[in-house]
Parts: sequence; C-alpha cells; structure tokens
Amino acid sequence: MARRVRGANPEALGGLLMIAPPAVYALLLLAAPLLLLLVYSFWTDGYLEIIRDFTFANYHETWTNPLYRGVMMRSLMVSLLVTVSTVLLAFPVAYFVSFHVAPNRKSTWLFLITIPFWTSYLIRVFLWKVILGYNGVLNAGLLKTGIISEPLTFLLYNTNSVVITLAHAYAPFAILPIFVALERIDRSLLEAGQDLGESKLMTFFRVTLPLAMPGLVGAVLIVFIPTIGDYVTPQLVGGPEGRMVANLIQLQYLRLDNYPLGSAIAISAMGIVALLSAVFLFMTRKYLRGPK
Amino acid sequence: MKGVAIFRAYALAYLLFLYAPIVLLPIFAFNNGTVIAFPLQGFTLRWFAQMWTEPGLGQAVRNSLIIAVSTAVLATMLGVFAARASTRYAFPAKGPLMGLIMLPLVLPEIIVAVSLLVVLLGIGVPLSILTIILGHVLMTTPFAIAILSSSFQSLDRSLEEAAYDLGETRLSAFRLVILPLVMPGIISSLLISFTLSLDEFIIAFFLGGTQVTLPVYIFAQFRFPASVPVIMALGTILVALSVLLLTIAEYFRRRGITRSGGTDTGGFL
Repeated sequence: MARRVRGANPEALGGLLMIAPPAVYALLLLAAPLLLLLVYSFWTDGYLEIIRDFTFANYHETWTNPLYRGVMMRSLMVSLLVTVSTVLLAFPVAYFVSFHVAPNRKSTWLFLITIPFWTSYLIRVFLWKVILGYNGVLNAGLLKTGIISEPLTFLLYNTNSVVITLAHAYAPFAILPIFVALERIDRSLLEAGQDLGESKLMTFFRVTLPLAMPGLVGAVLIVFIPTIGDYVTPQLVGGPEGRMVANLIQLQYLRLDNYPLGSAIAISAMGIVALLSAVFLFMTRKYLRGPK
Repeated sequence: MKGVAIFRAYALAYLLFLYAPIVLLPIFAFNNGTVIAFPLQGFTLRWFAQMWTEPGLGQAVRNSLIIAVSTAVLATMLGVFAARASTRYAFPAKGPLMGLIMLPLVLPEIIVAVSLLVVLLGIGVPLSILTIILGHVLMTTPFAIAILSSSFQSLDRSLEEAAYDLGETRLSAFRLVILPLVMPGIISSLLISFTLSLDEFIIAFFLGGTQVTLPVYIFAQFRFPASVPVIMALGTILVALSVLLLTIAEYFRRRGITRSGGTDTGGFL
C-alpha cells in the first residue's frame, strides 16, 4: 500500500493512515480467510490431513449430489420467498413513517422497529416454535375461537415456519433502506405530479416508486444475501424438511470434519447469491443512477 | 385522511407482529408450568431462582461479558478510524476498502465463521475467548462505523480549523474539539457493539472451542425441554437489559446529532 501513496497528496496519505487499522484488520481477518476458503474448496479431505492437490471434485459433489443440490435449491427458494414477503410487507410501514409521521416522532418509530432486531435472536426464533407448534399459541387461539377444529400441522418444522421466522427477523433490515430512500424524495415532485393531473395512485407509481427504487434494491439485497446463510432458524424451526445450506456447512465442518467439501458448499452458495444479486442490480440499474 | 388511518393501523399491526415473540417471553418466564404452552398455570418466580443453580451458566455469563466488553471497545476504536477516514479524507481505493470493511454487514455470519475457522486452525491458533473476540470485532465494526459516521458527518469542519489556527496540533485538536463532539456517537457505538456481541451465536459457536458463551449455552439448553422455562427467565432478563442499553444508546445518538448541529434523520443505520 505504501507504494501506491508515494508522491500522493498529504490528504490521501492522511486518509490512508487513518483507514489503515480497520482496513488491515479486514484484510487479515476477512479478505485473507475468504481467499483461503476458496483455496480449501479445491483441496481434498484425506481423513487425517488435507490433500493439497487442485481438484474440482468438491464442486462436482456439491452440484451433482441430489441431497446437496436439493438443500441448495430449497435455501434459494426460502431466501427468495423471505425477501419478497419481507420487502412487500415492509414497504407500507416505511412509507407510513416517512410520509405520515410527524418529523420529530420519526426516530421514535424507527427505534421501536429496530429494537426487536437487536435482541436475543435465538430466543425469538425459539418463541416462533412456541407460537407455531402443534400445541402452540396460534393453534390454541384458533381452536378457542372456533376457526379451526383441529390443530394446524403445516405451521411448524417445514419451509413455512422458516419463511415466517426469517421474515420476522429481517423486517427492520428491509424497512430502514426503504425509509431512507423515501425521506430523500423531494416532496414538491409529488405535488407537481398531481398538479399535472395525475391521480394520487398514479403519482405513487410514476414518481414515488421509481424514486424509492434505490432503497427497495438495497432492502432486497440486504435481506436476500444474509438469509440464505442463516443457521439458527432452519435448525430450530425447520425440522428435517427445512434444512438450509448453513446447516449443511455446519455438518461438514463440525461433524464430518470435511473442510474442503464444506468450503465448496459455502463458496457455491455465495457464488449463486452474488450472481443473482448482480443480475438484479443490472436489471434495476436504470433506477439507481438517480440525479446527482 | 382515511388512507392515513389505514396506513397507521397497518403499521401498528406490523409492530405487533414484530413484538409478538418478545411479549410472550416474560409471560412464560413467570408461568408456573414446565411446558411452554397455553393455558397458563399461575404465577411463579422459581425459574428466576433456579437460574442461580444452573451449572455452566455463570461461566457462560462471564465469558460473554469479557467478549462483549472487549468487542465493544475494539470495534468502536476501529470504527472511529474508519468513520473519520471516510467522512473527512479522500484517498485512493477508498470505495473498495470501505466496501471490504462494511462487507460483514451483508455477508452471512456462517461464511465469516467458517473462513476464520479455517485460517485459525491452519496457523495453529487454539480456539478460545480470544478467537471469538476476533470474529465479533469483524462483525460489529460495520455497525460501529454506521453509527459513528453520522456523528462525524455532522461535524462542522471550521471548528477543527479554528483549533489549528489557535495553535493546536492535529492530535490535541482531535482530543479537545472533535472527540467531545462525537462522544455521544462513541457511547452509542459502544453500547450497540456490546449488545450485538452479547447476542451473537454462530461465530461463538464455531470459534469458541470448548468455551461457551451465553447464546451457545442457551442453544444447547433448547435440546432439553426441562430447562426451557429457565431459559425463558434468562431471556427475559437479557431482553430487558438489551432494551435498556439500546434506549441509552439511542439517547446518546440523538444528543450527539443535536450537539454537533445536525438534524436527526432517524434510526441507527
């Protein structure tokens, strides 16, 4: 890095010195480990030691073994479902807080929305098990009110429960970027839209929504990318049918001690996510340029 | 106006959905029954009393506190550097470097955990509390930066220049002028990093070796239905503590923004 700054202006040097501690930390403990993970994925597990010969065998196994492929597809499906439902459910809330809450009370609303996100993830997930279970809160309530006569069994230990729980966990993540984008919209543009004869609904679709797109795109990515790697939710509420890719990675690493295969699965999952995110960014690029 | 009422009702229903699990937590913590289900069996404090006799819980609490305090201090220190650099300086490779530092914000934790595990075992570092701290600092620094950036962003640069004109050095100007102005942001960042570290499970699970943190302990106890009521009691205390810390953090965050002359755009991120 020193080579690059030689002869640069003092501000650049000051900036690089300033950024050096966190940057070096991230390079050593994030970039380098991720690279090593990539390297591991091309090696082979030899029971007692890792065989360091370059091979695609782990990837071949990851992509052709129906068990692994099934888990990967399910993780993708769950992530997509969670993303769509979370963002759709979150948008009206962000819209309400941005457009209909008095400015001095906005941060209180946001604070209330973010609190659950910061607290006891494990216990929240466990409580969804209590809510959705056979003798759970939801079934008990529905039985009591006579809406159903027998407990619903499709709620827990399958993909449904994983989607519900993850949509709950990532809700604040979706609301905040959308809220920030909505806040940036110049309100006079909306008045202009209506002055020019658009209905309220059409103004929303032709002015508000395109301008909110950067926030929506941010929300989609910030929900989609981490959910595919969630471990706790599928482990606690997913049952055997709801296992996701993180459970598979944990199995390879901590139970079977097959680091290379675990790495190949992790890298494959990240690769798919990165590819889909890139495609999504490309598709929405015309909304992201925005006026400077 | 009717439209607003619908939006408000929806937003309130949404808040109810967000808080549903947290509301249930104290209900079962004080419920005098071994099964976590309705109908309730009457009021009891015995799960809270039983917490003190649980083997392993004390050690888990101690480990978690050591880790959370160290993480909060280290992540906030790294966050101050990054926030200062990104708001005040232009330098080469700023985008990629900041992108890398902020990456753990979106990267699944399990990826961070396994990649660190591979490296640590590869170079022969034994898994311990220290390795958990390394991982937690990596994961919480982006949050610290997000909070601190808004404090540094709203700083008036002329205050700093005035200090230089009055003969202060870079270091003394930082200590006497900038630090007091961003102090609320620093406190807020410390509290948030502490809360995040205290609650973090995956990295502690992978990098802890035989050392157990509070979330790892809780996760293990979920396998035994008999210990779940005690976990509900423990969870109630944890949630109350987190909410308290977050409220203090929010107070300082707001005060920091007012103090340095900015307007509140709301929210931690």
